[in-house]
Amino acid sequence: MLDQLINGLVVGNLYALTAVGITQIYGVANVINFAHGSIYMVGAFVGWMAVTWFGLPLLPTLGLVLAASALLGLLVERVAIRPYTGSGRTVLLLTTIAAGLILEQAAQLIWGPETKAFHAPIADVRFRVGGGFIGTLDLVILAVGLTTALVLWLFLKRSRLGWAVRATAQDREAALQMGVDVHQVSRISFAMAGALAGVSGLLVGLYYHSVYHTMGFSASLKGFTAALLGGLGNIPGAILGAYLLGTAESLAVAWLGSTWRDLVGIALLLGVLLFRPGGLFAATRALLPEPTVGTFIPIGRPLRIPRWALLAAAAAALVLPLVVRNGYWLQVLATAWIFGLLAISLNLITGTAGQISLGHAGFLALGAYASAILTTRLQLPFLLALVVSPLIAAAIGVVICYPALRLRGQYLAVATIGLGQGIALVALNWTSLTRGALGISNIAPPTLFGVEIASAAGFYWLTLLLLIGGVWVAERLSGSYLGRAFRAVREDEVAARAFGVGLERYKSIAFGLSAFIAAFAGVLLAHSYTYIAPDTFTHALSLQVLTMVVLGGLDSTMGAVVGALALIAIPESARFLAEYRFLVYGLLLLAMLRFRPRGLLSAAS
Amino acid sequence: MKVLSVRNLTKRFGGLDAVKSVSLEVGPGETVAIIGPNGAGKTTLFQLITGAERPDGGEVYLDGERIDGLPAHVIAAKGVARTFQNGRVYGNLTVLENVLLGAHSRLQAEFGRPAGPVSGALGAIREVVTALSRPARLRRLEAELVEEAMEILSLFGDRLLPRLHQPAYSLSYANRRRTELARALALRPKILLLDEPTAGMNPTETEEMTELIRRLQARGHAILLIEHKLDLVSAVAHWVVALEAGQVLVEGTPETVWADRRLVEAYVGRTGGGAPKGGTARDGDSGAAGGRHLLRTGAGAF
Repeated sequence: MLDQLINGLVVGNLYALTAVGITQIYGVANVINFAHGSIYMVGAFVGWMAVTWFGLPLLPTLGLVLAASALLGLLVERVAIRPYTGSGRTVLLLTTIAAGLILEQAAQLIWGPETKAFHAPIADVRFRVGGGFIGTLDLVILAVGLTTALVLWLFLKRSRLGWAVRATAQDREAALQMGVDVHQVSRISFAMAGALAGVSGLLVGLYYHSVYHTMGFSASLKGFTAALLGGLGNIPGAILGAYLLGTAESLAVAWLGSTWRDLVGIALLLGVLLFRPGGLFAATRALLPEPTVGTFIPIGRPLRIPRWALLAAAAAALVLPLVVRNGYWLQVLATAWIFGLLAISLNLITGTAGQISLGHAGFLALGAYASAILTTRLQLPFLLALVVSPLIAAAIGVVICYPALRLRGQYLAVATIGLGQGIALVALNWTSLTRGALGISNIAPPTLFGVEIASAAGFYWLTLLLLIGGVWVAERLSGSYLGRAFRAVREDEVAARAFGVGLERYKSIAFGLSAFIAAFAGVLLAHSYTYIAPDTFTHALSLQVLTMVVLGGLDSTMGAVVGALALIAIPESARFLAEYRFLVYGLLLLAMLRFRPRGLLSAAS
Repeated sequence: MKVLSVRNLTKRFGGLDAVKSVSLEVGPGETVAIIGPNGAGKTTLFQLITGAERPDGGEVYLDGERIDGLPAHVIAAKGVARTFQNGRVYGNLTVLENVLLGAHSRLQAEFGRPAGPVSGALGAIREVVTALSRPARLRRLEAELVEEAMEILSLFGDRLLPRLHQPAYSLSYANRRRTELARALALRPKILLLDEPTAGMNPTETEEMTELIRRLQARGHAILLIEHKLDLVSAVAHWVVALEAGQVLVEGTPETVWADRRLVEAYVGRTGGGAPKGGTARDGDSGAAGGRHLLRTGAGAF
């Protein structure tokens, strides 16, 4: 028990280092920095390099990591924040995601995709404390945590710059008018947050004896959770939230088993978002500090594509397999059509109804798992699974998303990450239904009316027909009064409600439809891969789909299809690009949001 | 029966009584104006009536039916339409789409209104199926709504009709306010709540809006109006309610309210050594006359 508490305290310290930066940046710049986890990861790698390659002792390593990650923080501010000042917060959300993607892919290219063993350059001595043990590394972590908290406190309370940071956090406009250089404050906050994240990454790497290029994602989730528990913008709150999270997780591991650690974390994240979005220490359930007016991205008028052009494109795509006999390319295109379905389903909620989702892989997983379970366990025919799975996915999707629907903007974005991860974690832990980490294998290829669709052309046609159906549904809805209601919700929730558009109802419809369409993609994916596991449905996949939608143009169904086609087919046609895939996604996002925020398929305003 | 009655409505924000036991009534075809200095609780009162915020106490009745505490979209569907202080149109929707959206609750009523989780879900599914299948009834209804929207837009002369398919963000400020009003009319409201319809408008535009409100009155609309421009209030209001610090300070016909010196004190503070309230008739008269002058000339500043 004491062991668990010590462990919780140490892990809490690590989370605190991440959470403090997230909360500070939110305080001064009003944006949740989604690149935070990537800086953390790079910090870990820099430390690993210093120790393993150059044989540096711990203190110089710490200094090096501090400096490198502070610089990286500055760089993120320069590349992903400053060029976009004046854009909505959701644009900044996307640009920080893009920066994170770029860093992650760069780390993979520099240091390789495999996990690196990382041993501390200090002797590991363990001391007996009461009924538990505490090691030298634990002491180092506690010391760094406490020193950081003290230095941060002194900085904020005693230094002029600290006052400027606090003034900016309280009221950016007023601080600006009082002569505070808020841009400098923003830069300093990013540098400080970066430094803390990097050190946190280093210590976590030492603590778990490993570093790897995707370690940032779960760290940023822990950081968000701790920061939200304490109330975004509240630094002491974030530290307390981190200890709380660390302790809760350690106890969960002790009582339930190690696979429960992340599930408890996600439960805390969703719990605080739903019940106390202002944090545990907020006096009342404060209103969310999100704008109530205005669109998050200039949507613009979608490019009107004439009906004949659409029909011609559909006809050309349909006859393609008669001309192109290359099975490989038909497979690539079939994948593009699956992602096209996924992209139009995401566009419905994010583009049309304006509800940003960073967990869309969860909806895909619902469809895929439903169909895999129905066909392998219950031996249902494919066609029946194809019809039933989307209904199941839509029902589950609406039920689990419903409580989150009153969240807006960045809060909703974090909640959808949590939901997406939550679905994957349930799939991981509900072994009796999903076979857990083993995944479900031997999923039969699609069979229609007794005929197995084994050929590449057959599968191509199946995916294409479903995509055409999806486009038809999405376009028809978009042009109906329902589409108009979705857009009213996107444009101004208060004014929408004032004219009879019930938010819960229409957001539920949008999420339900989205899950419904995404589930078709999931079914197709399951039966084309013939094997699915929880890690098929990653956060990276969600971001990939989001990139497709932004690329094609928000609120443009055909744009989503074109975005999917481009992002699937282009890396395949230029294989050297495939290695840089996420680097390209990140750069594309940054460039699109800077120069063509309305997407490729929209008319200039 | 009164179209709208508000009884002892109360709202507290923290320790502050934003609205404190306010009562007022609007009869059929009547226009009631709410005036008062900034922070008096006028817009909060609108928020409470329309359900955007929940009152802490008191009641609101629409045609005798109690509506306080209902969600905003349900109150809207019952026939309460409003405009916003700062002109909240749906920026990326066209003028026509904005106005059509005003009729959303009428469209929805045709195809199933939600109540409870199960029937709510069924209603939602029905709505999706309707939107996808577009039955003849829906198409006919939509066509009628477009016609009605054009008729409403023609109330504004050629201000909005030529801009029918332009996105609302491209409109001038005054045109956005007009679009907002058109959207409110499309709801076919039992009562129309106008929050400073002429804020930020120049004298010509204000004159036009005054004329328009008169025409709405002629069409029989019951109107609750927040307005700082007292000339406009004098021109259209049957009854004036002056709020201060969340409470009704004075109410009555425009003439009696203008004559009340308490109103002047609310706006400009007491003068001199603080003459006792309800002083001599002579004092009161001169005070009111001076005050009215102040209110008139100062109107633009509020």
